[in-house]
Amino acid sequence: MEAFLSSLVSVAFHGIAYGMILYVISVGLSVTMGLMGFVNLAHGAFAMAGGYILTSAISRFGLPFPLALALAFIAVAAASMLLERWLYSRLYDAGELEQVLFTIGLIFMAVAAAQVIFGMLQRPVLLPDYLKGQVPLFGRDFPAYRVFLICVSSAMIAALWFGVERTLWGAMVRAAVDNRAMAQSIGINTRRLFTLTFALGSGLAGLGGALGAEIIAIEPSYPFAHLPYFLIVVSVGGLGSLRGPFAAALLIGVSDTACKYWLPQFGAFFIYVATIVLLLWRPAGLFGKRS
Amino acid sequence: MRSQRFVTSLMVAAALLGAGPLAAQTIKVGFMSTFSGPGAAQGDQLDKGAKLYLKLNSGKLPRGVKIDLISRDDTGANPDVAKRIAQELIVRDKVQLLTGFVWTPNAAAIAPLTAEAKVPYISMNAAGVQIVTLSPYMARVSFTLWQSCFPLGQWAAKKFKRAYTAVSDFAPGHESEEAFTKGFKDGGGQIVDSVRIPLANPDFVPYIQRIKDAKPDVLFGFNPAGKQATAMIKAYADLGLAKAGIKYIGPGDITTDEELQGMGDVAIGVITVHHYSAAADRPANKAFVAAYKKEYGEKLNPGFMAVGAWDAMDVIFNVIRAQKGKLDPDKTMDLIKHYKNPDSPRGPIAIDPDTRDIIQNEYLREVRKVRGQLANVEIETIATQLKDPWKELNKKK
Amino acid sequence: MIRSIGYGADPRVRIIEWLPWVAAIAAFFLLPEYLSLGARILTYVLFALSLDLILGYAGIITLGHSAFFGIGAYVAGILSAKLGVTEPLLLLFAAACAAGTLGMATGAVILRTHGLTQLMLTLAIAALCLEIAHKATPITGGADGLSGVTIAPILGAFKFDMFGRTAYLWCLLLLFASWWLTRKIIYSPFGATLAGIRENRVRMHAIGVPVYRRLLTAYAISAMIAGVAGALLAETNQFVGLNVLGFETSGELMVMLILGGVGRLYGAFVGPLVYLIAQDVLAKQFPEYWYFGIGLMLVLVVLFARGGILGMADALAARLRKHT
Repeated sequence: MEAFLSSLVSVAFHGIAYGMILYVISVGLSVTMGLMGFVNLAHGAFAMAGGYILTSAISRFGLPFPLALALAFIAVAAASMLLERWLYSRLYDAGELEQVLFTIGLIFMAVAAAQVIFGMLQRPVLLPDYLKGQVPLFGRDFPAYRVFLICVSSAMIAALWFGVERTLWGAMVRAAVDNRAMAQSIGINTRRLFTLTFALGSGLAGLGGALGAEIIAIEPSYPFAHLPYFLIVVSVGGLGSLRGPFAAALLIGVSDTACKYWLPQFGAFFIYVATIVLLLWRPAGLFGKRS
Repeated sequence: MRSQRFVTSLMVAAALLGAGPLAAQTIKVGFMSTFSGPGAAQGDQLDKGAKLYLKLNSGKLPRGVKIDLISRDDTGANPDVAKRIAQELIVRDKVQLLTGFVWTPNAAAIAPLTAEAKVPYISMNAAGVQIVTLSPYMARVSFTLWQSCFPLGQWAAKKFKRAYTAVSDFAPGHESEEAFTKGFKDGGGQIVDSVRIPLANPDFVPYIQRIKDAKPDVLFGFNPAGKQATAMIKAYADLGLAKAGIKYIGPGDITTDEELQGMGDVAIGVITVHHYSAAADRPANKAFVAAYKKEYGEKLNPGFMAVGAWDAMDVIFNVIRAQKGKLDPDKTMDLIKHYKNPDSPRGPIAIDPDTRDIIQNEYLREVRKVRGQLANVEIETIATQLKDPWKELNKKK
Repeated sequence: MIRSIGYGADPRVRIIEWLPWVAAIAAFFLLPEYLSLGARILTYVLFALSLDLILGYAGIITLGHSAFFGIGAYVAGILSAKLGVTEPLLLLFAAACAAGTLGMATGAVILRTHGLTQLMLTLAIAALCLEIAHKATPITGGADGLSGVTIAPILGAFKFDMFGRTAYLWCLLLLFASWWLTRKIIYSPFGATLAGIRENRVRMHAIGVPVYRRLLTAYAISAMIAGVAGALLAETNQFVGLNVLGFETSGELMVMLILGGVGRLYGAFVGPLVYLIAQDVLAKQFPEYWYFGIGLMLVLVVLFARGGILGMADALAARLRKHT
């Protein structure tokens, strides 16, 4: 019994860590798609960029870990702002197909560029010593880095939710998600809002990619390999919502971990079946708007 | 006048006829590897090894004979692409030899082509035990997983009582599991449990947790060389299995030289059995590693795949030299079957005339820090001139 | 996007529509060393045709079309390798039935949804098929693929050989038959309703068209054709690998179709032709840059040339006509 409880705790812990990283990466996608109605399949490329920036900053320039994390966030956010202004904004009124194709094209380019610049091997993450090893908590040992992950992610998520619920900017975002035309007519500058929100969402993806580099390895095929997971979090969670993807990400993280632990022969099977069932039951996502 | 013209034309004709044997002969060799996609890192190893050999040995061909190495990309473990590029190499480029392939399924897919077109294929890496049995025109210079995992199992049975096996869920994974289990059980050990981890898996921690809870003495693992190996070792360290007294062992793929530096200090103490380590101090290897670093950069280490490519090129060169540039498929296969090289970077190797598979030494190694760098230090030669155990065991049936 | 193709236009085959077939036959005699590439192009043209039917004409965006391609390939492969059925036509028929059934089953589920949900479902279904094929190693060969697929010579005389001659002609024959069928569909009232559904679904509901049933029929037919294409691949390669079910296959097909031009029937001919030839020539020299180039091309096509190659040709023709 004790062993079972112990493994339950393990599964929950690792599942939550994995789920939180998925959320930090995917929440930007949910907001972008809900706010701008733009199907940005290349979202994973921003996460990958964050991971590359982190690993390069540490190994090539010797930056301390927290600084490298901040750099990942800022650099990806800034770059995405430029991309949004020059490229994405041209396609806001285009059909879904065009957006899908455009972002798939971006993924191809990102993957190829990563391969050429960084080579094909996976990036090693050089953690600072205070984040390595194990940490004793509640009478058990837990991997220190994953504890760190959960703490930082929780802080980020709390800040994000606070920002969206309590600030003016957050109110404007929520208004524009609900009814863009109305928001525009009362004077909200939706163009600027889009750019800012897109930058924030992509910056978060970059941060998530950097934070999660230990769990989700950084290598050129990253955007393709993990796209299904990000999309599942967003579509099951519900576009435009913040809580929905959180619940979905935790659900996926924990159940994926649990499945691997107790039923390893089923592999990724479960995730896809669950996605299909959930989407059929709630097509707009668990917390999405029912249109 | 006319007789002068006649003599001139006779001389020209004679000169042309005589120039025949002296004209340059180009032997076209099809080199099929992975240059794009997720497997490109492994394919790159083959490429580096082959090109290095070509560069350093171009003077060792018979006079007037040149090699044209035609590279093609199989984009990964895609047997249909492999079949297509092999077909094009044979039909369009008219190659006389085929070599390369990181992936077993690709090599298996081209077997019927080699038989239909009678073009010999020498595997630089593809390690599935069955490959060389699929066509009389296939040979292998790399390794089989039975060669490393079976002796490892036998050795482990002497030190540990209870083992847990965790392998990647694809054919080489199954082979390594079978080989280790047979060796371990034959030696009196007990397999506590086994798990097969899906290939496209991002996170090993749940599996390692399960293993920790089962409390074996030793964990036998196998992942394809590369990012999976690193992730597995990280998970092993993160969950403190070493502290819990569970040793980590496996074939050399789990601590492959080109990835080893990226694994970090967590890899220290892992015991593996393999046919090649970049840290080996035999003279042929020292020269090989030095040449490799000189050509490709001080930071890069050759791995077993680079050596596989190197040795395959040596076989090809031998075959060309022995036939003086005029290759006949059956004679080529005969020469390959009797190939011996006492001086490969991995030690003495030979090809088994009965199976066309590789015969080589297997070494027991431990990961240690040598001069500030991680290295697979060869502790002892655990098997000398070992033939593929799977074929040996199955011959008796 | 559709110009003078479709119900109401003259259904007789125009002279220029015979061009592809003449070119294909000429290629058979003039380029004997490239016939296996040719067979592959023809197979993908068929596959692209199936996608065009639902994407270009019915307007359903799917990233999981490889599911039907794959099931066709595996059914043909398994029947041959495991059950010894080697008659090529029979294998194609079985593949079409299997794919069509899967098409109806999945279509019933996903055609009631739209937007991201629909896209996700197509992805999830294809991913699920891939997982099943991956796990069912005894039947499908798993990650190593299904080998040992033998195909009986066609009509007892024409063997599938290394040079691809038989393969090429066989694919050409089947493509011709499917093209004929697809053309008939597009020019029929049924095809007209499809175009109508794509343009304005609400209106079609309003005039009493059973939208859901029409979409389902189109989806099933498209699935069948994709299944035949998959089976053709299995027959000409004598091998089936897991990648026939992968996301890359669906994505690549999308790229090919967009390159040629969606919704124009012949975009499905031009796209794969240009893409596969370019891949054959360029990917060899510069494999990393090939990937980059494809991405760049896709971005440029979407930004500046939405109709693909045929769209640009049309624009050019219109401009020339204005000047003359």
